[in-house]
Amino acid sequence: MGRGFISRGFRGRRREPEGTSERVPPGQYLVDGFPVLSAGPTPRTPLSDWSFTIEGEVDGPQKWSWEEFQALPSERLTRDIHCVTKWSKLDTTWEGVSVDTLLEGVETAAGYVLAYSDGGYTTNLPLEEVTGGKAWIAHTYEGEPLAPEHGGPARLLVPHLYFWKSAKWVRGLRLMNGDEPGFWESLGYHNFGDPWREQRYWGD
Amino acid sequence: MDVPVWRGHRAGQHMDIRLTAEDGYQAERSYSIASAPENDRVELVVERLDDGEVSPYLTDELRVGDGLELRGPVGGWFAWDAEEGGPLLLVAGGSGIAPLMAMVRHREAAGSDTPVRLLYSSRSYPEIIFRGELETLAAGDGTLEVVHTLTRSRPEGWSGYDRRIDAEMLREVAYQPEERPLAFVCGPTPLVETVATALVELGHDPARVKTERFGPTGG
Repeated sequence: MGRGFISRGFRGRRREPEGTSERVPPGQYLVDGFPVLSAGPTPRTPLSDWSFTIEGEVDGPQKWSWEEFQALPSERLTRDIHCVTKWSKLDTTWEGVSVDTLLEGVETAAGYVLAYSDGGYTTNLPLEEVTGGKAWIAHTYEGEPLAPEHGGPARLLVPHLYFWKSAKWVRGLRLMNGDEPGFWESLGYHNFGDPWREQRYWGD
Repeated sequence: MDVPVWRGHRAGQHMDIRLTAEDGYQAERSYSIASAPENDRVELVVERLDDGEVSPYLTDELRVGDGLELRGPVGGWFAWDAEEGGPLLLVAGGSGIAPLMAMVRHREAAGSDTPVRLLYSSRSYPEIIFRGELETLAAGDGTLEVVHTLTRSRPEGWSGYDRRIDAEMLREVAYQPEERPLAFVCGPTPLVETVATALVELGHDPARVKTERFGPTGG
């Protein structure tokens, strides 16, 4: 969009509350609710059929059942989240298993991951964006099991990137040597998705 | 809107509008395009939200002749081209009609005979967006069926549906799963969740059910 354009008669109403403006990326506004966005029907996989897999460029794939996954050490974290459809939500509290925990003991030279989900959704990320304490497989939101419409039983949580990278209904990570665009990344949305650089669409 | 250098859109896509105040403060929101790609002008549907920031400006302040900063078209998933065929099952709630109207208009403009059923939920009769145009289009076209449901109030003598869309209504109105319709569902989240879940339970292929949330929170 152009620079220097002023919208005649526009003053803006929803100035962000005192002390929060530096936490709201450009073009975003704060919401209290938790909007739901998805491209299709909500998958409902019974926990007895659920598993989580690390595969691809690894010595041997790793797989956890729901019970095994629940037995892994879980972390509690509070983060701000930013959706490409312009809403941001501050101080959301999650519990989940760090991707670092899942990758412990995994030998790989891969530089990228493709997260894949029930329902066929995928999203791609550089491996270094999901390691080093940056990403989790979250199963709990605000103290409650994650609701299906928000991605339950478990979703990827990568709060420093636009929220479409936090794949709902995630079932595994495929480690890859090369990058490969995921679902929205193939449909016009930015490959990396940094909200602070407003990387919403191709060309941003 | 006249949009210079418009490179065209696909029916179902949306665009972003950015407003800038004199002190540099900006607000951005997305709105679905309701016009057909064949149309020279671009039409958006804006539902005015009392506590909103962008929609009251667009509905109350903006005048003919004003400029707007636009970005788009955006979104390649919730979109339909006439060559894709159907049948097409369109389910809308309120202003969620916008991208589906673009599909209905595109189908008409492209001369497509793909069968279409539109199930459209509105609060009341006067709140049915595009009511007259839909009536006219359906009257002249045996393969376009429009079914309304009114959830809050009905005019006297209303013989149509009078409740929120539910599985029973979809069973009656939607195509049979064996006909493999391509479904587009757009509206507030509860409607979209209900409809998408019910379609899958009725036996429709989840991969052929596309959804878009539409409402105050930017869907």
